[in-house]
Amino acid sequence: MKIAVLVKQVPGSESPLPLVSSQDWLDESQVAYIMNESDNYGLEEALQIREKNNDGEVVVVSLGPDRTQKVIREALAKGADRAIHIQTNENYPTDPLAAASLFADALKGEDFDIIFSGLQSDDLGYGQTGVILGELLGMSTATLAMATEILDNKIKVKRELEAGYFQWVTMSLPASISVQSGCNTPRYPSLKGIMGAKKKELNVVTPSVGDQNQSIKKIYAPNTAKETVMIKGSVDQVVEKLVTIFRNEIKIT
Amino acid sequence: MDILVVLEDNNGTIHRMGIESIAAAQHMADSLGLSAGAMAMGKNVDSLATEASGYSVDEVLSVNHELLNDYSSDGYAEAVKQVINKENPTYVLFGHSYQVRDYVPKISAKLMRPFLADSIAIDFDGKDVSLTKQMFNAKLFSDITPSGDAPFLISFQSASFLSDNATTGTAKKREVVINLDSSMIKTESEAPFKESSGGVDLTAAELIVSVGRGIGKEENISMAQDLAAALGAEISSSRPVVDSGWLSPSHQVGSSGQAVSPKMYLALGISGAIQHVVGMKASKNIVAINKDPEAPIFEIADYGVVGDLLEIVPKLTEAIQSK
Repeated sequence: MKIAVLVKQVPGSESPLPLVSSQDWLDESQVAYIMNESDNYGLEEALQIREKNNDGEVVVVSLGPDRTQKVIREALAKGADRAIHIQTNENYPTDPLAAASLFADALKGEDFDIIFSGLQSDDLGYGQTGVILGELLGMSTATLAMATEILDNKIKVKRELEAGYFQWVTMSLPASISVQSGCNTPRYPSLKGIMGAKKKELNVVTPSVGDQNQSIKKIYAPNTAKETVMIKGSVDQVVEKLVTIFRNEIKIT
Repeated sequence: MDILVVLEDNNGTIHRMGIESIAAAQHMADSLGLSAGAMAMGKNVDSLATEASGYSVDEVLSVNHELLNDYSSDGYAEAVKQVINKENPTYVLFGHSYQVRDYVPKISAKLMRPFLADSIAIDFDGKDVSLTKQMFNAKLFSDITPSGDAPFLISFQSASFLSDNATTGTAKKREVVINLDSSMIKTESEAPFKESSGGVDLTAAELIVSVGRGIGKEENISMAQDLAAALGAEISSSRPVVDSGWLSPSHQVGSSGQAVSPKMYLALGISGAIQHVVGMKASKNIVAINKDPEAPIFEIADYGVVGDLLEIVPKLTEAIQSK
């Protein structure tokens, strides 16, 4: 079983997010980057499948500038066997179709049985790359995976639906599966893993980025100035005012 | 038609986000001088098409095929792709539902055209459009423009347009024939199921009473449940309450739970972390009760009470019951 895991380096949830003066991207020098949350779960799912079958290879694949190699090393330290870095120092694609096309070019000769990706990135949040990549490579696809089970040349995926429903979907391999956060318990790298990661193969490819079909023109802080009516007084007064607001303003009948 | 809305089935009626997409399409059609239509597919195609024909759009397309009776990402992506190729719309609109996340990127790949997903607003500059999207966990907004040739696939986040604003009318219906065969569908689906009993579809709730960490302890949950019962509201919560095991995960609102847009969202002891806010900010009226005057929930609340919910809630329940 040959498994690719797509990981992305994104700003951490506590990181400052200052903008460059052209206001179309972050000032990256001030950003604290981490591995995208749901990608951790994709990696863990891949490592568990390899361990369960006692056979196979897990290849971590990441697209981005040189800084991306930090999360690649992290994934290798956690147990991935080797890595592919699709290096885009200039012209970082923000269009998921353009990004997925670069992944497809880098992976098409590898014949992976499974590609795992996180549900969506915590930076741009399109949530498309894994599915588009699967489609470009002619693979089965599934999203919002909460559990997986390998069958004979097939994979069974428990998908999260809306309103608390789930569904098991079985599909032929190869398959590109994007996983939901919380589907397993991601491991921490061991000291041995961290030491060993330095010796693992990291293949850097430097493609030219094609045309983008959607692009960011401007990034800005949302205007959250909302007028809040503060209700004051004793508990009884507050209750009375709330009941009046429910009836007359919100019109709850 | 220039704008095609792809409707989603919700057990025989149009998914709420489908009506919101019709409202979006009408807004775009008016602003750009374009024509708009809708398409329905799946086992309830006839009832969906009939429902859609009650809105002010030019045409409603029905796609009948037995391989579309049950949802599959392969089947639905191929069906929409074929309709797009036949009808040549400039814009194809979807509600950003879980199903849309699952299959619409495949259409993007098949057509090599962009999918402007999870947009919250649209702006017009002459004939050009610009979509607003939340990024970096909704801490920043961005304006995104599509380029190249049509079609452009666009999905709108829940409650970006209001279903109440969809203009009613009479649309003519037309059947569109597509070609599918079973070899195109690589997945086999089992019946949907619920993990635990008593799960609720909060997305359709009109009134919601939601509980956060500020409720203090498990025994106090019943206090919020009593208030919900008095109001005829559903009960929901933020993540910490679910993680503590005080309510089941099916009650969770937020980025890892459900996205809701009720007429009133009454937030009890919810601080307003961004992971929660993304799931409820579309509510028409947000009422927050919290001890902490600095809680971020007050930034998005329409009505706020700084106070002890353990004192206020029981009296509020009583007052509503005695009405």
